[in-house]
Amino acid sequence: MVASAVVKRFAGHTAVDSLSFSVAHGSFFSILGPSGCGKTTLLRMIAGFIAPDSGDIAIGGNSMAGVAPNRRPVNMVFQQLALFPMMNVGENVAYGLARRGVERAERIRRSAAMLERVGLNGAAHKRVDELSGGQRQRVAIARSLVLEPTLLLLDEPLGALDLKLREHMKIELKQLQAAFGTTFVYITHDQSEALVLSDHVGVMNQGRFEQLGTPQDLYYRPQTPFVASFVGTNNRVVGRCISRDAQIAEIATSDGWNIRALVHGSIGVGDAVEAFVRPEIATLAHTAAGLPAGQPHYGGEVQSVLFDGANSAVLLQETRTRREFRIALPQTGQFSDLEPRDSIAFSFDPARAVCYAARAGIAGQDA
Amino acid sequence: MRHAPELRAKMPDTAADTRWRARLSLGLLLAPALLWLSALIILPHADLAVLSFRERVAPRKYVHSLAQYKTFFLEPLYWHVFVHTAVMSVIATLMTLLLAFPIAWIIAKLARGRAASLLFIVCLIPFWVSETVRTLGWMILLRESGVLPALLVKLHITAVPVELLYRDATIFVGLVYTSLLFMVVPLVSSLESLDNSLIEAAYDMGAGGFATLRTIVIPHAAPGITAGCIVVFMLTLGNYLTPTLLGGKNSQWFTEQIYAQFITRFNWEQGAAFGFLLLGLSTAMVVLGLRLSGQRFGDVMRRT
Repeated sequence: MVASAVVKRFAGHTAVDSLSFSVAHGSFFSILGPSGCGKTTLLRMIAGFIAPDSGDIAIGGNSMAGVAPNRRPVNMVFQQLALFPMMNVGENVAYGLARRGVERAERIRRSAAMLERVGLNGAAHKRVDELSGGQRQRVAIARSLVLEPTLLLLDEPLGALDLKLREHMKIELKQLQAAFGTTFVYITHDQSEALVLSDHVGVMNQGRFEQLGTPQDLYYRPQTPFVASFVGTNNRVVGRCISRDAQIAEIATSDGWNIRALVHGSIGVGDAVEAFVRPEIATLAHTAAGLPAGQPHYGGEVQSVLFDGANSAVLLQETRTRREFRIALPQTGQFSDLEPRDSIAFSFDPARAVCYAARAGIAGQDA
Repeated sequence: MRHAPELRAKMPDTAADTRWRARLSLGLLLAPALLWLSALIILPHADLAVLSFRERVAPRKYVHSLAQYKTFFLEPLYWHVFVHTAVMSVIATLMTLLLAFPIAWIIAKLARGRAASLLFIVCLIPFWVSETVRTLGWMILLRESGVLPALLVKLHITAVPVELLYRDATIFVGLVYTSLLFMVVPLVSSLESLDNSLIEAAYDMGAGGFATLRTIVIPHAAPGITAGCIVVFMLTLGNYLTPTLLGGKNSQWFTEQIYAQFITRFNWEQGAAFGFLLLGLSTAMVVLGLRLSGQRFGDVMRRT
């Protein structure tokens, strides 16, 4: 699938702003963005429910301009699944085949085979409302995949599920995609879904892609401050660049905290800067002597310990500025005995922290 | 504290008391409706039922008999009018459905806010005028010396003014016009509850407009369609004014026969028997309609 310079405007605002991207055959592509970023509009344009104001979408080499949704080699799994309540599970899966004029016996055979592939053998005669959330999910996917689309669009299909089931379905979706080899285009506002599932992710904001890349790229090498703050957890520090060498800038916040971070883009001395420090790159120690040598070190006071199994972190306040800072706790169980108001030292490698020229309108606001 | 044992002893009583009070208040709430129902519908009908099963053998002398019903089955005119009314009512109901469906679709799915309520008002406007005045308005338009025949002559479509009244088609126009709102309301409510994403999903999976209508929209709206059809059929079957005024004395509407028996012939026994036959017909048609559409009466009535 190739989108070239696709634009869609709604009454005064641009929902999708001249987007161009391509999705390789057989890959899992996610569009990740906050609500209102235009991702649903983009998906509906690919499905054909709305026409782009300009630009073109091509699927399998053919332009889709003027092709109605019922004639596109694209199927969609809707946010609320949109299973037909007036039909049983088998009829739901066979619906698209019936519309194509496939014979009844063949329809039943193919829909039963598809139900088996998604692990729902024997459910064909059940009513839709007899199924659990995860089973409905699978029916919705089976109903689309039975048509063997070139492209399967998924509109936040896990949004309505509870956390445990969502985690489970994430894995199942990835396995289904691998088993069928169909190209998936998946939209979500949940960065963990996008990172876990995708081969490539486009991070979308205000109708544009901020960054297109592999999940690893987005996480470790964010190109813009938006991506750095949207993908994963990050400590954001706003200040001014007071000096810099080829790679590392020294940043001073308005309340007098100095940190150093890798420069991304062009930053001059005196410019407003946004810096991001991942919680897991920082090292904790009870005293400054225990920190890695050669890194600038800081002192803090424990505010609270956020225990979450492997994702546990400590929230502390930098000693001089009372600035909040989040640091991941090592998985070894070390520091698990930290108590609020304990004094602690921390440091991080400036080469693994990033900074950007501050976005317009955001400079000076602190995270 | 001294009263505590007494209070406890009274506890079961109090619970029964509360239940009794709840029943009393429910009964009081329902009382006006029940009184209304029994005084104005059940009592007169019981009386009519008794009337329909007797025969006058001499002045002020009556015997129980099935003579009234026998007359109906033996006299071809009555039969003919009965069947004619039933068939016309079914056709009028279907015509109303066909006309109301697109209107309901526009109100439920396409129009937004003000436009939707405006369309509803347009459907309601005919009811601001009394039925008699409304029907007489139709007569002014359609009679031989009326507006429409004159217009047809002016446009050289007909050479002389044509009498448009006193035809079956005219009765249909009047009946559909009167019934439209009662079809639109249940249709709108059932179409509004149809999730748009179901339509999109059908479209996405290759269904065209007609296939979506047949496989998704109509099955979803079936209770509303049935509800509207039942109401419109009952109203049409029992309508007296519209067939009489637009169809004339020869319109052969069964309510006219009932009217004639009660008022013209002063044969209340025969009129009562006709009344019950009409009630039987409308019940039979409703049951048949529910069977054919596979709907349950309770589900359908919740839509009306």
